[in-house]
Amino acid sequence: MDANAETNAVQSLPTGQDASAHELKMQAEKVCVSYGDKQALFDVDLDIKAKQVTALIGPSGCGKSTFLRCLNRMNDTIDICSVSGRITLDGRDIYDEAVDVVELRADVGMVFQKPNPFPKSIFENVAYGPRIHGLAGSKAELEEIVVSSLKKAGLFEEVKDRLMEPGTGLSGGQQQRLCIARAIAVSPSVILMDEPCSALDPIATAIVEELIDELRANYTIVIVTHSMQQAARVSQETAFFHLGKLVETGRTDDIFTNPKDPRTESYITGRIG
Amino acid sequence: MSLTLFLIVIIAAFAAYGMGRKRAYAVVDGAVTKLHSRPSYHGFYTAIFTALPAMLIMPLWNVIAQRMIDGAIRSNFSNALDQMTTPQVEAFVRDALAIANGGVVSFRDEAKEQAAQLVASLQATSSLLLSICICALALAGFFYAFRQITPVKRARHVVERVIRGGLIACAAVAIFTTIGIVFSLIFESLRFFGQVSIFDFLFGIHWSPQSAFEAAGSDASSADNSIVFGAVPLFAGTLLITLIAMSVAAPIGLMSAIYLSDYASDRFRAVAKPLLEILAGVPTVVYGFFAALTVAPAIRGWGESIGLSVSSESALAAGLVMGIMIIPFVSSLSDDVINAVPQSLRDGSAGLGATKSETIRRVVLPAALPGIVSAMLLAVSRAVGETMIVVMAAGLAANLTINPLEAVTTVTVQIVTLLVGDQEFDSAKTLAAFALGLVLFVITLCLNVIALRVVQKYREQYD
Repeated sequence: MDANAETNAVQSLPTGQDASAHELKMQAEKVCVSYGDKQALFDVDLDIKAKQVTALIGPSGCGKSTFLRCLNRMNDTIDICSVSGRITLDGRDIYDEAVDVVELRADVGMVFQKPNPFPKSIFENVAYGPRIHGLAGSKAELEEIVVSSLKKAGLFEEVKDRLMEPGTGLSGGQQQRLCIARAIAVSPSVILMDEPCSALDPIATAIVEELIDELRANYTIVIVTHSMQQAARVSQETAFFHLGKLVETGRTDDIFTNPKDPRTESYITGRIG
Repeated sequence: MSLTLFLIVIIAAFAAYGMGRKRAYAVVDGAVTKLHSRPSYHGFYTAIFTALPAMLIMPLWNVIAQRMIDGAIRSNFSNALDQMTTPQVEAFVRDALAIANGGVVSFRDEAKEQAAQLVASLQATSSLLLSICICALALAGFFYAFRQITPVKRARHVVERVIRGGLIACAAVAIFTTIGIVFSLIFESLRFFGQVSIFDFLFGIHWSPQSAFEAAGSDASSADNSIVFGAVPLFAGTLLITLIAMSVAAPIGLMSAIYLSDYASDRFRAVAKPLLEILAGVPTVVYGFFAALTVAPAIRGWGESIGLSVSSESALAAGLVMGIMIIPFVSSLSDDVINAVPQSLRDGSAGLGATKSETIRRVVLPAALPGIVSAMLLAVSRAVGETMIVVMAAGLAANLTINPLEAVTTVTVQIVTLLVGDQEFDSAKTLAAFALGLVLFVITLCLNVIALRVVQKYREQYD
């Protein structure tokens, strides 16, 4: 399996890049997904490198969000969705019978397209994950987790005086950072982001993008985005999906400056999409 | 007769529509764009002017003609009527009308026969006049409107205004009926409170209006009445049965709503939801005899087997069955509010590694809580106002007790027993029913208003 990963990496990356500097965090092999009779993903093989930002780009309906949702088994909640193939996290198959989906999702956090804070206080929003996983032994510990998560999400200074006010009262950008803080609070190793800025204005987007760049130091991040500029700004790796197939993957710089596949080139130059 | 007239007017309206439309085409030689309003609006306009005045005159005419005929009998037969008392005069007039219209009357006499002839001839004249009047109005309206059809005529505005007026009239019927009911409740209750002090009524603990027979109704002193019209046992009984009903319906209804909205597969839900709603369609009288004939004896048998004395009509039986009855009410309302909680919140919670039940307990239910509370309040107001089950299963004895195994009585049961049978309409006994009705109305109104307020506040959060 490791050998397989090597060859994949070699195939998709030109020689001379520092690809091997980052170990693999997640690996997808021959992942197919269908909703009922309709197949949404065809044989996707993708490596996700640790402590890197991997951007999934492609036109609407190309399956990038579907693929993202496979990575923490969020597709399980959809009855008609069936997933085949193999996805590993640190070498373990996440679709294995023995894997507890609750633990998996604690390790692979998710941030959604539309900010979805719970109708609770800011504090309770962040404390939610640690509480259900029993991560804090005492109230002081819980407070520490909340504060440090809010700090990591760059939100603490803005909300420190109103932690007990409802999270739904924050601005859109703040809500999205609250959702990121909420995901961080259960100390995942991977964070999945499904178009996290599409509901935000440009300034809030810039702040969240900056945050993503900072989070890269500690977390592996996979981000779905419609904006190629955003992919170029925040990601190190890019995977281009088209019509349910993974067309091309590689270093972001390479994909954007020197795409191998004509479809990739058409997309990034704005001819399809 | 008036039915024929009505049909004639309707047919005339259709004809007017067609002619108006045709004329609208004709005045612009088929160049429809030159018209301010489309031809069909001109058609409607003509039809409205043809039918509406004629329709409006009909009920008005009937009322006035009735009055005039009535008056004619009284003045023409004043000799015969002078010796009679008021109810006898009314009976005479009624009989005369009945004979004229071919009805059966028990005591016929000469005067009545004559009066009937008079009535018949007056009615014939009246309906002839009415027919002429209606035809004239319809024709006048038609020609007035027909001549007005020109390219610049704003027929559309008139039609829209008439439609609006019609809708307002329909809404007004509902509103004024409600207002009328409320006022009649209030005025009759005020009469009751003239005989029994409101304080004694609301806080007295002794209810036995049947004994008000002896010191009967309006003739009795208010001191006598006050002793027997203490409504507290009824309020207590209503409260007890409502509590029992809600302690059945609230948990079962809520849990089944959660199951249906979050756990059940689509296929199961498609079957189970209509089934649950059938429960709501069972007539309450069926629940009533189910409670009286099956549940109450079962409870009594069970109670006796463990050495408890259970009366054959018990609050428990009525409450349990009423609880079953309002389960679908609670569950379908709760289901709505639980479904209204956005999927994104469930996803957010699942994405953090929460299980389904954690998500429901910690995210969905708190978010849906205001809606659930209001569903419960509506269910309570339903239970408070429910009549048939308690009439059949709860009993009539106004016991002031919190023992669910004893017979209790409720506000609704007492209203029924006060009003069934021959009653003098102004006795304290019948008036007490209005006072009880008013109390019931105020309680359910308050519950509904609170529930609606809560729902409104909740809606604002998500939209």
